Amino acid sequence: MPADLRLAGRASTLTEELKCGLDAPICLTWELTYGCNLACVHCLSSSGRRDPRELSTAEAMGVIDGLHDLQVFYVNIGGGEPTVRADFFDLVDYAVERGVGVKYSTNGTTLTAARAAWLAAADYVDVQVSMDGATVATNDAVRGAGTHARAVRALELLADAGFRQPKISVVMTRHNVDELDQLEALAARFGAQLRLTRLRPSGRGAEVWHDLHLRPEQQVVLYHWLLARPEVLTGDSFFHLSALGEALPGLNLCGAGRVVCLIDPVGDVYACPFVLHDEFHAGSVRDPGGFARVWRESELFGRLRQPDSAGACASCGSYDACQGGCMAAKFFTGLPLDAPDPECVLGHGETALAAAGAVAARPVGPDHSVPIALTRRRLGS
Amino acid sequence: MRGLLIPAGTAVAAPAGPPPLDGAAPYRLHPQVAIRPEAFGALAYHYGNRRLTFLRSPELVELVRVLERHDTLDAALAASGVAPDRWSAMRTALASLAASEVLCAR
Repeated sequence: MPADLRLAGRASTLTEELKCGLDAPICLTWELTYGCNLACVHCLSSSGRRDPRELSTAEAMGVIDGLHDLQVFYVNIGGGEPTVRADFFDLVDYAVERGVGVKYSTNGTTLTAARAAWLAAADYVDVQVSMDGATVATNDAVRGAGTHARAVRALELLADAGFRQPKISVVMTRHNVDELDQLEALAARFGAQLRLTRLRPSGRGAEVWHDLHLRPEQQVVLYHWLLARPEVLTGDSFFHLSALGEALPGLNLCGAGRVVCLIDPVGDVYACPFVLHDEFHAGSVRDPGGFARVWRESELFGRLRQPDSAGACASCGSYDACQGGCMAAKFFTGLPLDAPDPECVLGHGETALAAAGAVAARPVGPDHSVPIALTRRRLGS
Repeated sequence: MRGLLIPAGTAVAAPAGPPPLDGAAPYRLHPQVAIRPEAFGALAYHYGNRRLTFLRSPELVELVRVLERHDTLDAALAASGVAPDRWSAMRTALASLAASEVLCAR
């Protein structure tokens, strides 16, 4: 915690304040397109095909104007693969001009030496290259054949151009958790910062979650690995692990609708990047009043900013540490929102899943997958 | 967010605290830092090191805003309307903001 936090109280007080929501999000994700040249098995947004109703360039610039007015410091742009939009770099330029920093996630496949040089010269642009394993076999099994080599190539281009500290973003699975040290070495090789996030059962991730999510003993390994490396970024996505002991650095709470939200390619606003589902739809940037009005007045966000009930976790001594875990992980495994996290480190999630018969009942969000992906097991087909 | 919301390396507060500021010296908000008001005080974002800091007291926020209008930190405190028994806490808070590059000397 920054030392100034001690002035007015302990960290837990800050958590309570953040639960009431901020005047503008501090972590805003904007999926710019559902178009993607890859078909990763765990894609949160089931991306593949572009949606014909995507925001136009002018509409996207209008969104950026709104973020500027709200004093949003930076926006996390993703997709799909955001660079498949022909106006992507114009939008990045426009955001930076308006004082809205950009961090964008890419699979790296579209990067050129010229673009890497442009990025190296740009202020306030961070690049995050996705890789889901240190080895070709582990990465390509999730992201597709040849994707490891292409991500490494992108990192080489960035390094050659003198781009400072790109990020390597890894979704943790039971297969890559054994490669943590290799991933750290890979990041060091490119002067990159490592960013590890949690596999959510969202989008296509719902179809592979049961096979890929960390085993209980692997969660313990990851917890200790992260505790020893406060410099590794996590998007605060592992706060459910804090029930194992000392809290991991960062915000230990679900920020959905409070400090976090998502704008999708057609301008729909959802509570967080992991809950693309009607139930968590707060409004649209195309509605009168735009994004600012959704953030301030959405009935859904109002509800998410109420004090939450510990529900089934009320009798557990670790609730203060884990806050009941991730809303999206519960929702898409068919658990009630006040149930334990399905990956509860004390094992309460497995009990809840068994009791709920959750696998059959889980909700499904919109799907933009490319239809020819026959190897993928689809719900209801 | 980790490393941004909470500056890396500050998870364990140094027992000695940040180095104190010179009351007779002038300070200002770092030119790469933007401040956004919030109900609890303000958020400060540093576009250079990409760190987000919470300023959890409206009087601290006001002090940070007026620092550069005064020749010294002490003059800013004296003019701020902050009760003298809070000056010591304010100096500590300002020192930690300087340590995380939210403030700088001018």
